[in-house]
Amino acid sequence: MTALATYVTVALVAIGAFFLFIGTVGLLRLPDVYNRMHATSKATTIGASSILLAATVHFGPSGAGLVAFAGIVFLFVTAPTGAHMISRSAQRMGVDFALGAHWPGGEGEGVDDPTED
Amino acid sequence: MASSALLDAAVTGGLVVAALVTLLAGYRVVVGPTTPDRVVGLDTIGTNVVAVAALYALGTDRGLFIDVALVLCIIGFISTIAVARYVTEGDIIE
Repeated sequence: MTALATYVTVALVAIGAFFLFIGTVGLLRLPDVYNRMHATSKATTIGASSILLAATVHFGPSGAGLVAFAGIVFLFVTAPTGAHMISRSAQRMGVDFALGAHWPGGEGEGVDDPTED
Repeated sequence: MASSALLDAAVTGGLVVAALVTLLAGYRVVVGPTTPDRVVGLDTIGTNVVAVAALYALGTDRGLFIDVALVLCIIGFISTIAVARYVTEGDIIE
């Protein structure tokens, strides 16, 4: 393992830990569930992907490094899907926005709700 | 392929940050005012544990734990989808 690969791995691990921390700060401090999901679904995805990319650099382009790269692709596909399903179920359960914001289209009117009609 | 002292220090620091952040996300799971808040907290914990497994693979230089991280990814996604469907529809497979 060359010195350059070590430095790249260390930098990617540091970036990943930073984004994991930022995502959790957003999860703890933002006011309602939609904002929290907005923070975590992007920041923790980038954080875990950066650490998996560090593993790809460390283990090389075959074997475990290839599996780590497949993990990055899987995270980028599934994290927005999961966040979308949680937010849709929150909207169906009637969880409101914080700070007086409301859904566009007026009071009591569902937004793009496939269970109606 | 002995990993250098710099890489060991970075992996140890990353493990400390990831473990601390996972504990902090547990606060949202316990306290969270609504059920979707708890699901978001559990999803965050799942992603953080994926990062912990990848960091452990880096630290011990064993590629086996990358497979563990990938399996944890898949289980986290399936459990999130299952809980979201259960909360909305009342059952998972109709």
